[in-house]
Amino acid sequence: MEELKLLGAWPSIYCYRVIWALKLKGVKYEYVEEDLSNKSDHLLQYNPVHKKVPVLVHHGKPVAETSVILEYIEEIWPQNPLLPNDPFEKALARFWTKFEEDKSPAFFAFFRGVGEEQEKATKEAKQLLKIIEDHGLGEKKFFGGNKIGLVDLAFGWLSAWLEVMEEVVGIKLMEANSFPRLEAWNKSFKEEPMIKENLPDRDEMLPYFKSLREKLIASATT
Amino acid sequence: MEEKKGEVVLFGTWTSAFCTRVELALKLKGIPYEYVEEDLTNKSELFLSLNPVHKKVPVLVHNGKSIAESLIILEYIEEGWNTTPKLLPEDPCQRAKVRFWANYFDQKIVPSFYIIFGSKDKEREKAIEDSSQLLKVFEEGIEKDFPGQSPFFNGEILGYLGIVIGSHACNYQAVDEAIGVAIISEKNPKFLSWVNTLKNCPLMGETLPPHDKLVARLSARLKST
Repeated sequence: MEELKLLGAWPSIYCYRVIWALKLKGVKYEYVEEDLSNKSDHLLQYNPVHKKVPVLVHHGKPVAETSVILEYIEEIWPQNPLLPNDPFEKALARFWTKFEEDKSPAFFAFFRGVGEEQEKATKEAKQLLKIIEDHGLGEKKFFGGNKIGLVDLAFGWLSAWLEVMEEVVGIKLMEANSFPRLEAWNKSFKEEPMIKENLPDRDEMLPYFKSLREKLIASATT
Repeated sequence: MEEKKGEVVLFGTWTSAFCTRVELALKLKGIPYEYVEEDLTNKSELFLSLNPVHKKVPVLVHNGKSIAESLIILEYIEEGWNTTPKLLPEDPCQRAKVRFWANYFDQKIVPSFYIIFGSKDKEREKAIEDSSQLLKVFEEGIEKDFPGQSPFFNGEILGYLGIVIGSHACNYQAVDEAIGVAIISEKNPKFLSWVNTLKNCPLMGETLPPHDKLVARLSARLKST
């Protein structure tokens, strides 16, 4: 067995992306849960620049940054490819993965905002969802086409995580029927066996995100 | 099979370092292309239709299909043409390291330069210090991850990381003249020595915007803000 370790922290969406990629490719690994309030020497040694999870450690060599880790996984374990073969389609997939990365602050602003700021963030988040649905997903079943690809993993948080965030904030971004194709994608994504078996528990996420939002609001007003 | 000129079109602006990256890659690979200067204050219909999501340069159009985002375009150029030289290392581990540092440069260092340019006096002093710290992390990280070798070149030939860093940093003298010193040699001597080696690369010299023209443009922009 290849010596493979994943340093992660529940319920990090970035860590889940790496978990999904490894599971979809049938790659065995050892998972190490990190306490981000008390970072281990290993984490600091393996990712001294950012000190963040996820970090993949392969034969003792660390790979950090989610997008870099996913490209590495794709290259080392090419079975069940998560990126298209065609260079143009591959570039398109990378574009949407980067889009998600660049725009995630807007969704974060939705989660931690209050009052007028909250309204503005909600509006922006909904506009982004429209772009993602129209230009990213289009008429496809998955962002990756007929099967799940890296872009699906990048937007994977729109499934289990967004529902919990919406409940905690008390505002629905994905109102019924406003994003029918994203809703259909959500259903298909969560039904995929490897995804279904590897989603964080909703009942555990609720108190976690409730407490997180309270902390963020408190630190913003002090 | 030789690519016909006109099958590859690059939409860019001459001052954009992100566009310089793409030109360097195309030239290195010997890929003929047509360059279209886009006026970002008056974007053409064609340009907007090619990159409707971001509406930014650079955009590469190949066989009528458009690709945006400079790092993504570089990877596309690497994979789309089977010509040498290779921009990225062959070994997946080395490739991961190179991508990691390109990301770090784009996500941390480039924004820190913009903050310097957009600030004055005490704020600018702080911005320069912050940027210098980030450059220090970069210097130490590069030395640790690529001991005894330059990750900016493959032998004598410019590589992916050299393209990414050089496009932004090799203009530092023009920036010094027009706006002010952003990178202090006493604080980041290693980074500047790497940049100077990149500057000496002939391909870099012929692709970067001309020094005096850039100084004039940057000074004009500064006056108008």
